Amino acid sequence: MSNEKGNSLTVIDSDTLQVLTTIPVGQRPRGIKVSKDGKQVLICASDDDTVQVLDVASREIVADLPSGPDPELLNIHPSGSPVYIANEDDNLLTVVDLDTTKVLAEVQVGVEPEGVGVSPDGKTVVVTSETTNMAHFIDTETYQITDNVLVGTRPRFAEFTADGKHLWVSSEVAGTVSVIDAETREVIKVIKFDVPGVQPIYLQPVGVRVTKDGTKAFVALGPANRVAVIDAKTFEVEDYLLVGKRVWQLAFTPDQKLLFATNGNSNDVSVIDVPSLKVVKSIPTGTAPWGVTVSED
Amino acid sequence: MPPATLAAPPKAKPEPTLIPIGYLKQEVDELIPLSRLNVKPDDLGIAGAQIALSDNNTTGMFTNQKFALDVERVPVDGDPVAALNKLVDSGHQFVLVDAPAEVLLALADAVEGKDVLLFNISAADVGLRQEDCRANVLHTAPDVAMLADALAQYLVWKKWQRWFLVNGVFPEDQAYRDAIRRSAKRFGAEIVEERAYKETPGARRSDTGQQRIQQQMPVFTQAAPSYDVLIVADQREVFGPYLPFRTWDPRPVAGTAGLRAMSWHPAHEQWGATQMQNRFQRFANRFMLPLDHQAWIAVRAVGEAASRTQSGDYGPIDAYIRGDSFDLAAFKGQKVTFRKWDGQLRQPIIIAEAELPVSTSPQSGFLHEHEDVDTLGIDAPETKCEF
Repeated sequence: MSNEKGNSLTVIDSDTLQVLTTIPVGQRPRGIKVSKDGKQVLICASDDDTVQVLDVASREIVADLPSGPDPELLNIHPSGSPVYIANEDDNLLTVVDLDTTKVLAEVQVGVEPEGVGVSPDGKTVVVTSETTNMAHFIDTETYQITDNVLVGTRPRFAEFTADGKHLWVSSEVAGTVSVIDAETREVIKVIKFDVPGVQPIYLQPVGVRVTKDGTKAFVALGPANRVAVIDAKTFEVEDYLLVGKRVWQLAFTPDQKLLFATNGNSNDVSVIDVPSLKVVKSIPTGTAPWGVTVSED
Repeated sequence: MPPATLAAPPKAKPEPTLIPIGYLKQEVDELIPLSRLNVKPDDLGIAGAQIALSDNNTTGMFTNQKFALDVERVPVDGDPVAALNKLVDSGHQFVLVDAPAEVLLALADAVEGKDVLLFNISAADVGLRQEDCRANVLHTAPDVAMLADALAQYLVWKKWQRWFLVNGVFPEDQAYRDAIRRSAKRFGAEIVEERAYKETPGARRSDTGQQRIQQQMPVFTQAAPSYDVLIVADQREVFGPYLPFRTWDPRPVAGTAGLRAMSWHPAHEQWGATQMQNRFQRFANRFMLPLDHQAWIAVRAVGEAASRTQSGDYGPIDAYIRGDSFDLAAFKGQKVTFRKWDGQLRQPIIIAEAELPVSTSPQSGFLHEHEDVDTLGIDAPETKCEF
């Protein structure tokens, strides 16, 4: 868990649901991701304008990636490298080789890039730009933008389904999630939310995760303090799970039995039992938890 | 004919659709501010429009649209209507206006019935949203009623509900005072005393000034009934900035000095605003001020509508901005949209002291049947605007 204001990571044992340790890192850590080999954690230290590489075994920062200014979210190619980093301040997607830590490419995208999704076949990376309101599809070989798909206002997160057929994009200010056909690059469904007693303006989707079997999707609704449960086949919203305040990002355990949700304003992480769709526990974290990633073991 | 073996030349990209935006600034005679920290930058507002233009054009790379911004500065004794006509005649159908209310009305009436949309980016007069509203004007500047309501909600939330209200001699001071009175009634505060400060402004700087003020302000605020906060209505900065730390009773000051309500603050960093501030500061080499943000929103509104409608034409863009699908991300924690009943931008308002924001209104607990942000300013049932 990255603690945006605490400048630290909280490490939680997903079996015992206990906090193992807290690791101090760079300033304003936001997007985080475990490397494919599980040996490293990549951390967007936004206010330090760098992506830090944390060695899992020693729990020390061992390298900085040349990320460009204000990195916010990143993603990793299925092969383990390169790393794709959204630089909010510079309208760029920076592509960095994880082994050599060299910049392979910089791709000019729309204003305030944020969400980064990589297709399971590794051929496409998608960046969402928050002020341009597009999902930019980029060819990972040529680094050329092949398609720009308009989505709802302030798109924050992009998640491919495991079969690579769909891309889910959350739009925080519009209050919607767009499901894009990954082949035709057309928006095939715009999912809206409706929580009784919560004004629509506070339904602000951010983190999105779809189960590997493609049956369910979970969407963190920010200040609505709910995680929406969606039938990923019919795109119908089935339930809203009450979690902590300003729920932000989500991550499954590898067996997909648990889903962790960071609650930025209540300084905790909610643990959702996926089969029963129940919030089973709240674990205290550092100040303002933001990103969350789970190692494969 | 070229040999068949040669690759066909890349298909020429069609020329981008050009969308020119106008910016009319009416220069006015103004007193220099009491604090030299608050001297207005020459490009105030204009820099905000320019950075929005750059944002629009980044998006335009992907939509094959190109935006331009052309600024007309009208001197104090100049002819604003002629300047607007010049912009309109050269194809500008979306024009930002930084001008006093009476000039804005003259401009709106001069282009009435034409395909021209004006954005009022600066005039805070409530009347422009009420009986003097115009169908061809949208307001990105919050009006005094919104600002007073936003401040009042914070003070009431804080349980500082007994107000000592002092005002200056100018009509805009009285307008601000009236807005505070209205807010007090709406949100359950009590004005325990009203006092007018009758001095008119003289020279702003004199070597003995500080000592005199140190004695004047306590005397002026002496013998008030018990109160929680002093609210000052002094739009031209005749005496308001002198009140904090100089009142007879040790009380906070709010209103046009001290704790203030505003659309934007240079230290606002919530909801992604850090990026906006960084981008602006790199571009303009100064802090982003409220008028810059109000101009940014107007240019972005045109850009957003052009991108969504895939059009550079007045009709679709105007209809989209006014329609139900329009929303804009403006670093305020929720979408901003235009109220249908008076063309006012619906937006949260920042409550701030000089160095830092303190809060954002609407405050929690101030509920509205549709959108809580409509507890700020003139709501639909109270509107006197008829387009």
